[in-house]
Amino acid sequence: MRPRLKSLLIAWLAGWALLTTGCGGREQPADIVIINGAEPESLDPQIISGQPELRVVSALFEGLTRFNAKTGDPEPALASHWEISTNGLVYTFHVRTNIAWSTGEPIVASDFVRSWLRVLKPETASDYVGILFYLKNAEKFFNGEIKDPDAVGVHAIDDRTLRVELNSPTAFFLSLCAFPTYVVVPMDVIDARGDNWIRTKPLKTSGAYTLDFWRINDRIRIRRNPRYWDNANTQNNIVDLLPITSATTALNLYLDGQADIVWDKNLVPVHLMDVLRKRPDFHTFDYLGAYFVRFNVTKKPFDDPRVRKAFALAIDRNRIVERITRGGEKPAETLVPLSTANYLPAEGLKTNPEEARRLLADAGYPGGKGFPAVEYLLNAGTSANADEKVAVELQAMWRDVLGVEVGLKPMEWKTYLAALTALDYDLARSSWIADYNDPNTFLDMFLSNNGNNRTGWKDPHYDELVHQANATVDLHKRAEIFREAETYLLRYAAPIGTIYSYAGFNYYDPKKITGIYDNPIDQHPINTIKKLK
Amino acid sequence: MNSAPAIDDDSSSLSPGRLACFRFCKNRLALVSGLVLLALVLLVLIGPALTKYDPNILSDQQFAAPSSAHLLGTDDHGRDLFARVLHGARISLLVGIVGAGVSLLIGVLWGAIAGYVGGRLDNAMMRFVDVLYSLPSIVFVIVLITSLESIFKNWLAAIGSPSLASASRLLLLFVGLGAVSWLTMARIVRGQVLSLRKKAFVEAERALGISNTRILFRHILPNVTGVVIVYLALTIPSIILYESFLSYLGLGIQPPQASLGSLIAAGAAQINPIRIYWWMIVFPAGFLGLTLLALNFFGDGLRDALDPKSE
Amino acid sequence: MYYVKRVIALVPLLLVISLIAFVLVRVAPGGPFDRERAPASPEVERALKARYHLDQPIWKQYLIYLGNLARADLGPSMKYRHHSVNDIVKQALPATLMLGALSFGFALGFGIPLGFITAARKGHWEDYGGSLVALLGICIPAFVIGPVLVMIFAIKLKWFPVGLWGSPMHAVLPTLALGLFYGGRVARLMREGMLGVLSEPYITTARAKGLAERTVLFKHAFRPAILPVVSYAGPMLADLLTGSFVIENLFQIPGIGVFMVNSSLNKDYTMIVGLVILYAVLLLVLNLVVDFLYSRLDPQVKYE
Repeated sequence: MRPRLKSLLIAWLAGWALLTTGCGGREQPADIVIINGAEPESLDPQIISGQPELRVVSALFEGLTRFNAKTGDPEPALASHWEISTNGLVYTFHVRTNIAWSTGEPIVASDFVRSWLRVLKPETASDYVGILFYLKNAEKFFNGEIKDPDAVGVHAIDDRTLRVELNSPTAFFLSLCAFPTYVVVPMDVIDARGDNWIRTKPLKTSGAYTLDFWRINDRIRIRRNPRYWDNANTQNNIVDLLPITSATTALNLYLDGQADIVWDKNLVPVHLMDVLRKRPDFHTFDYLGAYFVRFNVTKKPFDDPRVRKAFALAIDRNRIVERITRGGEKPAETLVPLSTANYLPAEGLKTNPEEARRLLADAGYPGGKGFPAVEYLLNAGTSANADEKVAVELQAMWRDVLGVEVGLKPMEWKTYLAALTALDYDLARSSWIADYNDPNTFLDMFLSNNGNNRTGWKDPHYDELVHQANATVDLHKRAEIFREAETYLLRYAAPIGTIYSYAGFNYYDPKKITGIYDNPIDQHPINTIKKLK
Repeated sequence: MNSAPAIDDDSSSLSPGRLACFRFCKNRLALVSGLVLLALVLLVLIGPALTKYDPNILSDQQFAAPSSAHLLGTDDHGRDLFARVLHGARISLLVGIVGAGVSLLIGVLWGAIAGYVGGRLDNAMMRFVDVLYSLPSIVFVIVLITSLESIFKNWLAAIGSPSLASASRLLLLFVGLGAVSWLTMARIVRGQVLSLRKKAFVEAERALGISNTRILFRHILPNVTGVVIVYLALTIPSIILYESFLSYLGLGIQPPQASLGSLIAAGAAQINPIRIYWWMIVFPAGFLGLTLLALNFFGDGLRDALDPKSE
Repeated sequence: MYYVKRVIALVPLLLVISLIAFVLVRVAPGGPFDRERAPASPEVERALKARYHLDQPIWKQYLIYLGNLARADLGPSMKYRHHSVNDIVKQALPATLMLGALSFGFALGFGIPLGFITAARKGHWEDYGGSLVALLGICIPAFVIGPVLVMIFAIKLKWFPVGLWGSPMHAVLPTLALGLFYGGRVARLMREGMLGVLSEPYITTARAKGLAERTVLFKHAFRPAILPVVSYAGPMLADLLTGSFVIENLFQIPGIGVFMVNSSLNKDYTMIVGLVILYAVLLLVLNLVVDFLYSRLDPQVKYE
């Protein structure tokens, strides 16, 4: 047996040697290893929409502003300063003089114009093109109503000055400028290489890092860009981002010391939340995201607002956040999280079983009698995520309070989304993550013509209020109109039932890692992160 | 893989069936696993009467360790695990048995027709089996489950009560798992039928003018029963296991219902370095392991009994 | 000559398989471009669909696909927009091949001796113990065995890393977790094969001639008894070489198995069809190899 074992061992090692030499040998270890969540679908900043993508792309490309690591507020980036006209419609950005691509060519104001216009072309198929519609004529240009790119509200006055015109005063426009859709991209490379420009080597980037390699399902390695304008403050040289979707695996790798940071809220095992929260290396903070139930208002029985309200009133939010999610989520009576900037809390529906039963009886279903069979649509998950657990709780609450037996219908992600969009559901698990720190990222969603509405609910009065708020310069007045709109949405029409506001989570050992801070938009610039030796 | 021929010389004092029964009972391991299986089935059937808990009723007693109040503890929603394991085992066994039944039905018919008719039809039917065999079953199952779900649901809602519609996922599992498990059955049956077709007694019957369907169903199929039963006994555990994998992917039984697979999938997350609620994994996995072990040993025993060659 | 013919016969089979996969995935509800954020206009979705020819009738899509396939191009992935399926397969296959080969070796190295011993000692404690081990390997799902192995050997004992890929040490636990299941099946097949052979008259004759039991078992029984294992080896290797979702997900191994499941869930049409073809080619070729080995091992089998 001995010699056979030995030869087996040799064969094993030989196989490895062969394999690793074939792949170019072992590489340098990274300074910092970050577990980043799902594998990015794309790294093209103007196409992407997911959080894991966003976090990688922010390290590679930069716009006029960037998010401050501590507060999450916009701060000067490729633009050193700017002026805003008194009516809030015209921004004049002064682009830094010392900025260059990672390949050495200077970045000039016209690069921004060309980059932004690229987003507005339908063939670019940008998920987030809507975020550019704040620019004057941008939406018309996108829809083809205007053919002349000169009509769009972005112009380079000279190499260093960019003039931006908006449709209406937009309080959060500087935050938008820090968003990946607004970054500057190398148009010469894109014109030459087309859709796959992101895989050119070396990749021409505008941010603090360059892309070393992107091995799908293995890791993304980024490396310090010495030509970055703020390179002096970059705190590390090589960073690896691992695509991991299993919460247990992420935890194991972190505890084993193979990863320094875990920063995806889906990567925390829900059932360990109570223990983890007590650890000094576990960080939780308010995060601008909402978890709620959508009602399909186009179908019986949820075409009746009384039924919708009854279902919303029956939800015991405290039980869900205290017993199920347990990660510091806040029970929410409003759609917009309370920590949102420029926000006055609306009046939502408080938990009220009696009122719920009364409304259901009013609607013709006393004690749930005669209620048609309905189902709660949710996304089926492989990991230990909270969605299924919340669904089980909701089902029990509706059974106990209303006497209605709701079926659960888990579907895999794409089928779930297709059903949601096609209004092929009764009730559905829903969530929304803020794109920027402002109530309108949540409240725009339920405009009649918004593609993310997905409830079938259309109301001209609501549309009117939201449009009016969006056009208001005075921040307090604007917040008041939004409050009126949200109250109308939640109390009067109730196409949704709110459950909780998200909490964000990271793991990292504060004794070993500095330069990463909790902020409500869960944005953590990689260049400020430092590993203490 | 020979079956005990049913049409045999009458000189033997013991009928082949009795003989097989005798052989089976001599195999202690098989006998014991048969008894264990019987006990499990009984437990699953009368189990709900043994506990005062409903498997789907939530409580505030989350993650309670096993105690006299909750024999096997409770889960993350405070549901009694004993009730859930029994309930889950029932579903798992049901999926295994019905799924295997579906595979039996398709496989035997397919194999028997291909083998008996022979020629071009046989060739075409078996090529079809080859094609399905070369598809990765997981892709097939996922696509099948997702695309049939709504069709099934509407159809069930149309013909029956809405409560039937809520069982659509269960029916889908029966069909889906059966649909990927019949291929080997078809191959085995075809092989057997092919060789039986050439036997003298079939020739004789044909000469007597007995119809083909009659020959096939009355005289040939009974002769393949042995092989089919053996293979069936081994299909059940593999289908139960497959369902557990689907549950792991979130495509198994619909919550809040449970199968052993979905309980284990939930329990597997408990294996972590921070804190282990051991009862959530140990009991469902133990129950599944015991069931599958018993089924396999039982199947082995059946084979030994029905296949005189291996003795 | 026989094998050349069989290889040629594979081509229509592969065509049918690709067609079935191609149509099946498109029939299922939900498409690759259903996203959480609704597209800004139907125009965007139209542009995307046009890029992947999804706006064409299905037969035309298939013809385009076949045209690319003839040039060994599996097309662009619809989820990972900047990667072609070839790209992803090329990146992910080495790890899967390595893990698959190791597990294959383990399954045979563990299963064959185990099956041999349990059969040789039928009815003794070695048989019961060994059969139990083999069956446990089959009966406990990999998503339970995997985490248990990690807990014991990586976290408590710290002998091996908990995950990731890159050194021989990284491969030990995944190989075990994956190989136990297949090892168990091999052991059972081997046991069955042995028991079948041992009841043959020629073995009785050999024993009657007074040959040592050792000689009977190794010289006369082993070779024919391994035949069921050989015919199982083809599908087993095809399974192993297309990766395991559970193991890759658990140990964070950059292999192809996760794509097999995820692409089906994500409706990444080109990726699914590409992987189906890859699997089918592997399976069919390996079955050929198995038939070849079979004819070498069993003198009764002759192909013309």
